Amino acid sequence: MESIVQALAGIVGKPYVSASAEERYFYGRDPGLMPAHAPDYVVLPRSVEEIQAIVRLAGREKIPLVPMGAGMSLSGLVIPQRGGIVLDMKRMDGILKVNEAARYAVVEGGTSTGKLHAHLNRYYPRLRFSTPDSPAAATVAANVMIHGQGRLTQQQGFNSDMVSGLEVVLPSGELCRIGSCALSDDWFSKGPPLPDLSGLFLGWFGATGILTKVGIKLYPRKKMRDVEIFITDSPDFVPGILYELTHTEMAEDINIFAQPLPLIFSGNHHIVIYFTGDSAEEMEFKKRTLFHALDGFIKSKDGGFMTVGEGMKKTLLDMPQRSATTFADVTKGGGFEYSGPIVPIDRYPQCSRKLDELAVKYDLKYHATARIIDKGHAMMFAFSFTFNRADADMLNRTRMALSEASEYALSIGGLFWKPTLDEQRIALEKMDPQTARLMKRIKEELDPQGIMNPGNWEGI
Amino acid sequence: MYQLKFDEKRCLACPDGACLVQCQYLKYEADPARKEMVKIFRGEDSPVLQDCVTCYACEEYCKRGNHPFYLINERRENKGILTAPRAITRQWIHIGEPKGKYELGRIGKIALSFGFMPQLKEITKGRLFDDVMPSYFFGQEFFCNVVYIHFANTKVFKERLPVVIENIHKLGVEEVVFLHDECYAAFTSLAPAYGMEVPFKSVHYFEYLYNRLTALKDLIRPLNVKVVYQRPCSNRLCGDSHLFVRKIMDRIGATLVQRTYQDETALCCGSIFRAMYGYDLMADVQGRNLEDMAQSGAEYCIFNCHGCMNALSPLVAARGMTPLHLIDLCRMAIGETPEGGR
Amino acid sequence: MKYAEILHRCFRCGYCKFTLDYENFNCPPYRKYRFDTFAPGGRMWLIRAWLNGEIENSERFQEILYSCATCGNCVEHCAFTFRENLVDIFIAAREEMVNGGRIPPPVRDYFKAISIHGNPYNLPAAQRSSWAADLPVQPYDGQEYLFYVGCVGSYDERGRKIAQAVSRNLIRAGVSFGILGEREPCDGNEVRVLGESGLFEYLAETNIALFRQLGVRKIITLDPHAFNAFRKEYPAFGGDFEVLHYSQVFSRLIESGNLKPGNFAARVTFHDACYLGRHGGEYEAPRNILRAIPGVELVEMRQNRANALCCGGGGGNFFTDILGGEGDSPSRIRVRQALETGAEILVVSCPQCAKMLEDAIKAEGLDGRLTVADAGELLDASLRGH
Ligand SMILES: Cc1cc2nc3c(=O)[nH]c(=O)nc-3n(C[C@H](O)[C@H](O)[C@H](O)COP(=O)(O)OP(=O)(O)OC[C@H]3O[C@@H](n4cnc5c(N)ncnc54)[C@H](O)[C@@H]3O)c2cc1C
Ligand code: SF4
Ligand code: SF4
Ligand code: SF4
Ligand code: SF4
Repeated sequence: MESIVQALAGIVGKPYVSASAEERYFYGRDPGLMPAHAPDYVVLPRSVEEIQAIVRLAGREKIPLVPMGAGMSLSGLVIPQRGGIVLDMKRMDGILKVNEAARYAVVEGGTSTGKLHAHLNRYYPRLRFSTPDSPAAATVAANVMIHGQGRLTQQQGFNSDMVSGLEVVLPSGELCRIGSCALSDDWFSKGPPLPDLSGLFLGWFGATGILTKVGIKLYPRKKMRDVEIFITDSPDFVPGILYELTHTEMAEDINIFAQPLPLIFSGNHHIVIYFTGDSAEEMEFKKRTLFHALDGFIKSKDGGFMTVGEGMKKTLLDMPQRSATTFADVTKGGGFEYSGPIVPIDRYPQCSRKLDELAVKYDLKYHATARIIDKGHAMMFAFSFTFNRADADMLNRTRMALSEASEYALSIGGLFWKPTLDEQRIALEKMDPQTARLMKRIKEELDPQGIMNPGNWEGI
Repeated sequence: MYQLKFDEKRCLACPDGACLVQCQYLKYEADPARKEMVKIFRGEDSPVLQDCVTCYACEEYCKRGNHPFYLINERRENKGILTAPRAITRQWIHIGEPKGKYELGRIGKIALSFGFMPQLKEITKGRLFDDVMPSYFFGQEFFCNVVYIHFANTKVFKERLPVVIENIHKLGVEEVVFLHDECYAAFTSLAPAYGMEVPFKSVHYFEYLYNRLTALKDLIRPLNVKVVYQRPCSNRLCGDSHLFVRKIMDRIGATLVQRTYQDETALCCGSIFRAMYGYDLMADVQGRNLEDMAQSGAEYCIFNCHGCMNALSPLVAARGMTPLHLIDLCRMAIGETPEGGR
Repeated sequence: MKYAEILHRCFRCGYCKFTLDYENFNCPPYRKYRFDTFAPGGRMWLIRAWLNGEIENSERFQEILYSCATCGNCVEHCAFTFRENLVDIFIAAREEMVNGGRIPPPVRDYFKAISIHGNPYNLPAAQRSSWAADLPVQPYDGQEYLFYVGCVGSYDERGRKIAQAVSRNLIRAGVSFGILGEREPCDGNEVRVLGESGLFEYLAETNIALFRQLGVRKIITLDPHAFNAFRKEYPAFGGDFEVLHYSQVFSRLIESGNLKPGNFAARVTFHDACYLGRHGGEYEAPRNILRAIPGVELVEMRQNRANALCCGGGGGNFFTDILGGEGDSPSRIRVRQALETGAEILVVSCPQCAKMLEDAIKAEGLDGRLTVADAGELLDASLRGH
């Protein structure tokens, strides 16, 4: 033990290694509901070379290694299931470059989404990235690692689709570049027209390597941004409404929320439509087009545009949306977690009804949120429950509700998003065996010792 | 249950059918207008039940004491003809639901009613109100529930309004100054039309303001500004209170400029239209209204209802006019600096 | 523990450790240590774990609790409604630790020095007024204002210069004031935030009794820390005085024309003291002084006002120095932020900030490129010869 601490201290410097009870306690859990498991060491690297050295050390000593950003993925992905080293990446938080003309940025493996957001705001007011609504501390690398979604996902797909290059420390300690950056210092493509190797890492939760740099595509940022909310009283109308809205290609982001509290929201489904423009005319044109797209629903009285007050508008236009986080305190309990499967948009009604049913069954406060992906190819539907961290029974009920929600989503054709270990196992079991075998071969080839975030994508 | 007082004979003998003839959204001559009202009264089908956009104006146009719009509303409800999308109606019903979160000031014999408009708390400041403040009440418990007549619904106000009347009565007030037209209308138009007793005196805040300005006239420094006024739908239910606007403007040395859409020809702010009928009706009404305001050369657009103000302020500002609540303008005239006036 | 019922509500989301726009981490100990355990969320979770018996009172845990600078950045930026209480919670946890008797040695020494000598420097009370020896400053005797100097202004070399400059300005403006000199007790602000509530209570009561006895109604404080204690904590013990920070007094005197700054040509930037700014809500008074001095060009650091990075001296760290040291200590980062503005003078409004930042300039090797001046000193310099 002592010698490992010393070896780690030799790599990153003494102040940045801890084997103390305090760090082991804190880094042994996340804000979600998965059981805790303490790491043996927590290490804060500052450079790629340090990470390479740590990985080599871990390989030599067969010590598990779990990379961590802000630990906000909630589903236990950063809990070191077999102890070992937690690698808190947040000291590597540089923004290495922004190529304005080619619209991409390159950030380090621990740079927060908040920092990138602020940096672009300040220096590149005509550029933006697909900001997720996770707390600002959440990192860009982890967000693409878990196939996150953000403000531009409705237009551009998963945030991981917007990756434009990667630099990875392989489990062997070798450093590898993925995409155009493997051939030059231009980070405009993560693969095409060459074989796209980013799939060897994205979605693997660090089990195949550690991202030390991420190229991320940037998009035009218009001067103005506004939001409207279309409401309907039945989930059955939602897919049709989404189809019409996405057909316009006028929306920035489209989210849905439905929740019983406060009363003003009860019984309705709220389709939140963001749009942007560089001039009042552009805004008005988009607004008119979006409104007209739903005229049929208005005529049949199946839905209408509600009035969005100033306060609510401010909350919604916030980036990231802090209100997504404060949901955790609805029961003054400091916790919430969601099962957020990716489902085809026509499954919205089933998911919504299932959520109502689960909330009653387990007596929980809940809300449904959904984000449209890539103009309606799919949506992330979040079965969200808020819980009181100090109420053990409630924690249990929430766990059961979440696992039932996930199983249900899988049964209707959905895919788990940022799955827990259990969910990963279930997915592997359900998967075409050939596919599962291919994944196993990839994992064994890249990480023969099984030291990288062990437990993940294992067990076939 | 409460029954609407409506006298068919008045329509049969009506000389002008003003209700529908003057309607800004439907086209009727006098004769068909009368006939249509009678048909509606008798429970027959009428295109009016489909096409009326709930602007409330015919309540004012009818000078023979009938209640054409309340009648339309009744019949729509009976026939299940919806005006608003169901989700919108549901949301509004939830908004008005009492939640035990009302606020009471120190209630005296006279009290201000803020209904359920939180913004009203913010503007009733300064000398103009120091006569009554802090005697006020606010909250869903005191919300008049008139808005539901936009939604082909009488059930909600029939249930809730008597309770609201009782709630106010229990405060022990003799006189209530209503700062929202809809509330004033509830107790002076809707309740009487349905035979509900109102055991307190209702005063429109225009009248109150006018009297206060008269009392404080030494403080007034004429503003010398040109203003237009956005008259809200619910003022149609408030008798001739709108005539006070000109008197108040005269008092504070502001010129209410002549324009097309004012008094009986006022246009809706569009926010209800937007929720119920979508973009086109809203844009048409707002577009004409704004153009008319801009033509008039006014510097200020003054509002009486915060609903209108929310809907139109940005548009008014984009046309180079300053949006302001009428109360704020009055406060400026007596040398105060209201938040909204900065 | 007070506030224990709030602890579990922390989501450890980390909004609290940022500036408002997320450009930078702004919790001073987090900036130094970079373990999440040293961020507000880490403290919340660990305090809870400690109360639940899941971790012990170790040296590390003490370091975690006592490295908090009580700077209030988390109060400003936490996403949740309980944010108002975050600093109170951290102080309550320290109280709990003090009651348990195991605290970091420098903290223990601090309490001891205050109890025995009435000041953290272990110096005799008689020296408390020596800073004023060459000035026509009167002992307090019913003047309009009591000028409360505090321990740092009385004993610390850097602090004393500021006390002198402030006094000169007060004299110039004809303000009627007096000092307590050797009768002046410690204000107790740091005692309180370090968790010794009993000793604080004693100090507050002693001060209040003395002020009452002398007929003090209005107080000007040199130190924002005293300003904080007098304004926010003393009322609970019956101490109702009109309390002003000297920058507020100067700002008013300038506005009323009773103090006319002279010329002073310099490009300066301003560092907000946590106990004046975030805790005291006063961001403008010291800036008003700077803006009133002809020739002074004020360039703001990116992190200013509610987003200012603490110098690392708050929460007793000025005395315990837990946050000091390496290149990523808050005071050194702050000095680098100041340098970025191109300013030649880093202006402060607190003797603790002055010392912290001056030391950091030395440590950064920036002597000659950047100097620290208190707003009172700058005003004084502009008036030299007047
Ligand atoms: C309130 C709230 C709202 C949210 N909203 C959204 C949203 O709108 N969109 C969205 O996409 N997500 C959302 N999330 C989920 C999640 O917080 C985000 O996706 C976030 O980006 C995760 O980042 P992190 O740094 O916290 O990840 P972590 O939890 O730290 O890590 C996630 C995974 O990535 C791995 N990892 C981390 N860094 C690296 C690295 N450098 N190399 C290799 N592997 C690494 C970890 O091992 C882990 O498996 C939300 C979460 C919360 C709590
Ligand atoms: S409602 Fe009035 S205006 Fe209309 S027809 Fe009847 S009496 Fe005439
Ligand atoms: S309410 Fe308005 S739209 Fe409807 S009939 Fe009356 S005047 Fe016409
Ligand atoms: S203190 Fe507030 S902002 Fe900080 S981690 Fe806890 S809940 Fe989040
Ligand atoms: S008060 Fe300042 S130092 Fe203490 S936890 Fe909050 S932000 Fe960090």
